[in-house]
Amino acid sequence: MNRIDKLFKKLKKERKKAFIVYITAGYPTLRATERLISELEKSGVDLIELGIPFSDPLADGPTIQKASEAAISKGADIKSILRIVRSARKHVKLPLVFMTYYNLVSHYGLEKFVRESKAAGADGIIIPDLPPEEAKKLIDASRKSAFATIFLAAPTSTNARLKNISVKSRGFIYYVSLTGVTGARDRLAQDIVGNVRRLKKITKKPVCVGFGVSGPEQARRIAHLADGVIVGSAVIKTIEKNIGKKDLYKKVANFVSSLAKAIHVN
Amino acid sequence: MQKRHNKSRSCGRHLPDRHGYFGEFGGRFVPETLMRALQELEVELNKALRDKKFLSRLDYYLKTYAGRPTPLYFAGRLTEKLGGARIYLKREDLAHTGAHKINNTLGQALLAKKMKKARLIAETGAGQHGVATATVAAMFGFTCDIYMGTEDIKRQALNVYRMKLLGARVIPVDSGSRTLKDATNEAIRDWVTNVRNTHYVLGSVVGPHPYPFMVREFQSVIGKEAKSQILKSEKKLPDFLVACVGGGSNSIGLFHPFFNDKKVKFIGVEAAGRGLRSKKHAATLIEGEIGVLHGSKSYLLQNKNGQVNIAHSISAGLDYPGVGPEHSYYKKIKRAEYFAVTDKDALDGFRLLSEYEGIVPALEPSHAIYYVSKLAPKLKKNKIIILCLSGRGDKDIDIIRKYVKFKQEPK
Repeated sequence: MNRIDKLFKKLKKERKKAFIVYITAGYPTLRATERLISELEKSGVDLIELGIPFSDPLADGPTIQKASEAAISKGADIKSILRIVRSARKHVKLPLVFMTYYNLVSHYGLEKFVRESKAAGADGIIIPDLPPEEAKKLIDASRKSAFATIFLAAPTSTNARLKNISVKSRGFIYYVSLTGVTGARDRLAQDIVGNVRRLKKITKKPVCVGFGVSGPEQARRIAHLADGVIVGSAVIKTIEKNIGKKDLYKKVANFVSSLAKAIHVN
Repeated sequence: MQKRHNKSRSCGRHLPDRHGYFGEFGGRFVPETLMRALQELEVELNKALRDKKFLSRLDYYLKTYAGRPTPLYFAGRLTEKLGGARIYLKREDLAHTGAHKINNTLGQALLAKKMKKARLIAETGAGQHGVATATVAAMFGFTCDIYMGTEDIKRQALNVYRMKLLGARVIPVDSGSRTLKDATNEAIRDWVTNVRNTHYVLGSVVGPHPYPFMVREFQSVIGKEAKSQILKSEKKLPDFLVACVGGGSNSIGLFHPFFNDKKVKFIGVEAAGRGLRSKKHAATLIEGEIGVLHGSKSYLLQNKNGQVNIAHSISAGLDYPGVGPEHSYYKKIKRAEYFAVTDKDALDGFRLLSEYEGIVPALEPSHAIYYVSKLAPKLKKNKIIILCLSGRGDKDIDIIRKYVKFKQEPK
């Protein structure tokens, strides 16, 4: 059993929900990313999504766009990010999944990417511009080595699409809480309760909800509803505000701990 | 599953396949949020293309509003000057709004009406597609937002003003290269957010399926008209079709109806910018590698890591690092050949047509004009070239003024 399945099995036993955090690899630097991975684990994060930055991130809002641009300009690429994962894996136990865009991995070579990611200690991949219909090659490359392919479901997905997304997903299903791009929002979408219930009726796989989650109160409400909560832009914003300051890691840890508390207290 | 494409309507109609692929190119690489909208659009489009009422309405607007058919003009003085093949110009510059873009926006606006969308959005580079979208939005009563890179807003100021006059909002995009690529990113982000009430009017044969197919269908009117016009005037098919390629809509529109006429050679002219070796160019088909951008698999200008390169061209309409998947397919099967013309040479093409034919072309087709000026003299006098004059040059006057010095200043 891979790390993601083990995690959700354990959480289910404990009647807990997963707390997932996205960070952009290489932001603000590659070295900082490695340290952030450890700090996040210590602060109660259950799973980390590591963004491999792309020049044209069309599913991302301004926060992650800016972080991606900065990371690319500092030289973050697949090879250097794999090095960070390999090194981090020596001391962290939580599952690590990549989040990136299709051109980067297809240009690198799907089989090679999956093989090297797995060897480095990564557990799966999320590609927001790759719907299941186009994912045959990625799925073929991933199944051999039990590398999780996590597909996204959206408020606009029909039941037929949700079924297919469920069949093709491994690890968990990423439910996009709203029609839109990533980025912290003041309010949750109104149809989120109904849509997550609709998806939960269709699948037995864990459903984690992301996009737009900005603070502990929203996280707590989603934790009631789904199997996991994903926070990205709000964490990146905290990093952005504290770049160059001595207590960057402490500030991030504090914010993340407050979210962890809200999610795990259920 | 319904049958998607009616083979009888025109030649080469078997592609794209039912997954939106032209050979290995095309597809649908978009966020899940858009998948349903794309499937609905595909269903509506296929219904519309078989619906006589829809087609006759489109035809009505093309005739009475856009001014079609556009003339196929024999460029006699240019032919004489170059001393070779007979050169015809397909005068898309005479279509309403001054470019071929209106063919597509009329079709998509009619579809958007059928789908009961209240709002249109579009990306624009040179501003021609933005103007054409703002135009149909005004005429049919949609609200309209146009995304445009800040670099393009500067160099195509006239079109920005035109869009505003037409009641559209022009939203500046200040990320990345601040040109067409980034305007397209931002338009897609808007669509992901407002997909329920908004139709995204993509302006070229790029993007996720069914866009490359849909835009080709609406632009094919160029080639269909040209074919019957040349058969009427010359009693035979042309030997060469030449058109500029940015995303590739005017060229596919001209080429596609001739797909099965194997003796008709297709030549696409890309922008070589400051020269292919300078890396500051937009010659995607010549210099690119296969990749995925804006929802489809096609040739792409990218670096060794798979990051998308910033394109460069003097003409905002060609300044794009991607290209339509059908062009990639034509290149792969060698149905078309692609060449690139530099900024500097395009300016020569611009002057040539202005001074010898009294037609001021846009900078985009000026690339194709330059290519024809080199091709025609090498051909026998009984050969025929049709050049797609995709747009007129008014929008480019400010740029031209910086480069072109006249021999005689007016007294």
